[in-house]
Amino acid sequence: MFSFFKKKSENQIDQPTNPTPELVQDAVESPRSWTERLKSGLAKTRNKLGKNLASLFGGGQIDEDLYEELETVLLTADMGVDATEHLLREVRERVTLRGLKDSAELKETLKSVLFELISPLEVPLEPRAATPFVIMMAGVNGAGKTTSIGKLAKYFQSQGLSVLLAAGDTFRAAAREQLIEWGERNNVTVIAQQGGDAAAVCFDAINSAKARGIDIVLADTAGRLPTQLHLMEEIRKVKRVIQKAIPDAPHEVVLVLDANIGQNALNQVKVFDEALGLTGLILTKLDGTAKGGIIAAIAKQHPVPLRFIGVGEGLDDLRPFSAREYIDALFD
Amino acid sequence: MLDNLSNRLSGVVKSLRGQARLSETNITDALREVRMALLEADVALPVVKTFIAEVKQRALGQEVIGSLTPGQALIGVVNEELTRLMGEHNDALNLAAVPPAIILMAGLQGAGKTTTVGKLAKLLKETQKKKVLVVSADVYRPAAIEQLKMLAEQVGVEWFPSDASQQPDAIARAAVDYAKRHYFDVLMVDTAGRLAIDEAMMQEIKTLHATLNPIETLFVVDAMQGQDAVHTAQAFNEALPLTGVILTKMDGDARGGAALSVRHITGKPIKFIGVGEKTTGIEPFHPERMASRILGMGDVLSLIEDVQKGIDQEEAARVAKKLKSGKGFDLEDFKAQMQQMKKMGGMSNLMEKMPGQIGQMAKGIQGAEAEKSMARIEAIINSMTPLERRKPEVIKASRKRRIAAGSGTSVQEVNRLLNQFEQTQKLMKQFSKGGLMKMMRGMKGMMPGM
Ligand SMILES: Nc1nc2c(ncn2[C@@H]2O[C@H](COP(=O)(O)OP(=O)(O)OP(=O)(O)O)[C@@H](O)[C@H]2O)c(=O)[nH]1
Ligand SMILES: Nc1nc2c(ncn2[C@@H]2O[C@H](COP(=O)(O)OP(=O)(O)OP(=O)(O)O)[C@@H](O)[C@H]2O)c(=O)[nH]1
Ligand SMILES: [Mg+2]
Ligand SMILES: [Mg+2]
Repeated sequence: MFSFFKKKSENQIDQPTNPTPELVQDAVESPRSWTERLKSGLAKTRNKLGKNLASLFGGGQIDEDLYEELETVLLTADMGVDATEHLLREVRERVTLRGLKDSAELKETLKSVLFELISPLEVPLEPRAATPFVIMMAGVNGAGKTTSIGKLAKYFQSQGLSVLLAAGDTFRAAAREQLIEWGERNNVTVIAQQGGDAAAVCFDAINSAKARGIDIVLADTAGRLPTQLHLMEEIRKVKRVIQKAIPDAPHEVVLVLDANIGQNALNQVKVFDEALGLTGLILTKLDGTAKGGIIAAIAKQHPVPLRFIGVGEGLDDLRPFSAREYIDALFD
Repeated sequence: MLDNLSNRLSGVVKSLRGQARLSETNITDALREVRMALLEADVALPVVKTFIAEVKQRALGQEVIGSLTPGQALIGVVNEELTRLMGEHNDALNLAAVPPAIILMAGLQGAGKTTTVGKLAKLLKETQKKKVLVVSADVYRPAAIEQLKMLAEQVGVEWFPSDASQQPDAIARAAVDYAKRHYFDVLMVDTAGRLAIDEAMMQEIKTLHATLNPIETLFVVDAMQGQDAVHTAQAFNEALPLTGVILTKMDGDARGGAALSVRHITGKPIKFIGVGEKTTGIEPFHPERMASRILGMGDVLSLIEDVQKGIDQEEAARVAKKLKSGKGFDLEDFKAQMQQMKKMGGMSNLMEKMPGQIGQMAKGIQGAEAEKSMARIEAIINSMTPLERRKPEVIKASRKRRIAAGSGTSVQEVNRLLNQFEQTQKLMKQFSKGGLMKMMRGMKGMMPGM
């Protein structure tokens, strides 16, 4: 849904060497134009949906058809039955309470109800709380963990922090080579081992970061499904071993969620949280037509701070999550 | 989640129980539950709507026959319709082309394309003795080419070199040329993940398709995908003449409603499912299994349908919980289980429907005899006081005589029941989970003639 960024990232991939910090600052710090671009991205989505929200909300009476349209919007954004029912109930109550008549008012009501639900997830990451600040990535297969590490490396470096990567995916074919390439793009060190196990790689990386006075350690892990109990056990061990290197590490345990995934994402949050104690989420692939509405269900049933969103495959395609911008992109 | 859905659907059945016919009103409530269940399974809303409309039409037109409850008839229609939509049978890969038979992979980022190339190459090599060449036209994702190279090594097929500085189309041409000159049976072409709205990338794969003229163009879909599956499938289907779908990550616990969405939109057969990261993790697709997975009912849907005619799930759950909490299984519970069995159409009927192992045990059971003794057991328990039912150990000689007289049976029969009950109680204690099947096995142990 944030498809505009696809183009932007392609331009930047053309010149991957010497990433200019100004460019990043620009992308991060011009929220207004960003919102505008979000909207233009969503316009495409709307056409695909064959649904024009503007006309849906464009004046007129509040009636059952309108509520049904609303329900459609929420459900097709992957919010799920429970969150959708919750939001609609709240909206109906407020409409009655305030005697709202106009469909434009309904839209504002829905936006504020949704904002109240998901804005608690908007808690920025504070990476200066410890040195080295150890961030461990987890998630199902193909969610975007390794790519997000590449983007985070750039993000942190642009804030003046030094970064080191740990190639903790020792399982998947060429996972290590993939991370090494992200390391090269960012010009940062990647600690990797031929074979070996994930926990050992992370342990080494942290010690190396301590010795070199590095600010941030980003630890990659292999993708795993919550049903693979032995792999869930393995990632617990990775965390335990990280704690042996630094007792209060990892300082951030991030679950990477693919916006394309439906209701199972909620289950992923629950299971990975139980295994690892999650402190943050990253929602990737929002540059497509998927809306990632599952965050509403997560906010309602199992809230974990949503730190960043992924809006493309390039180095710069990462944004801190803003509930306001997300909702605007969804409805305006 | 799984339990949740089963409950929903059993709720549907229950709310319809005892009603002679499916009427416009009672079916509306039930269909709403089915609608919710499908949405929770990630079937896309427009597909859900069409599906519900079809089911409704068919259910209303259909007579509720014989011993079926209206609820069963409805679930039956839902299941039939789902299975029908998933495709009647599983389709194999089509390799009937002048060699090399070319297979092109397409799909979103991270869906599992590259891994699937490795799996299929292994499968074709090992089961069909094909000489397979693989090539990567993914010049974008870091180490994508290396990934395919390593997979090719793992499964022992040849890898055609490509490089991130090349054009995908040029890679494809070179690979086809090489495959022809070296008499490969199959050429598999991996591509980069792409978004359906990325026009440049969609154009790229169209060009690739035109160059390759593949006999199979496989759309790789993550089984966890949500509502957007319809848009993605539609866009890929419009851009490319897809010949089949591969559903990956089915080893997870997602219900896989995307399968229905994609089938509905593309009309293309789902040919394989991915069931693991390893190169062996691939299986043929089974439509009826997928249907029951989406419904959340496992492979024993047909059994459950029958069972739900009579069984009270909550009662079974209550007993199971009791067993688990160590409180023990008393004669009261025993009787409740027995009554449920009766509602299900008796032991003989039920045993026939049990799958595999349990079906085996059912052989040699004299159904009618078992049912007769069930009636007598019930009569005996009915003659007991509540205290006796809860604490059978208080039943001594005089109480036995009273119970036998009251139930029109003999003291020996009362003794036999108490013995069998004691055995079952021991058996029950071993069950950590009080599933229905386990209960049934427990019951079997104590039925005379079983
Ligand atoms: N369009 C888009 N693609 C993304 C985004 N994030 C990651 N991807 C792509 O998703 C695919 C998988 O990304 P990876 O980073 O390899 O995912 P992973 O979670 O590390 O995967 P495994 O290690 O195999 O479990 C790659 O093709 C990435 O380029 C995003 O925000 N937008
Ligand atoms: N558990 C499980 N994991 C799978 C399955 N198929 C693929 N994977 C994993 O999913 C992740 C992504 O697989 P890839 O083959 O790299 O996906 P892709 O579609 O080639 O990704 P891009 O090239 O980045 O678009 C990897 O971690 C695979 O190991 C499956 O059936 N089950
Ligand atoms: Mg990875
Ligand atoms: Mg790939």
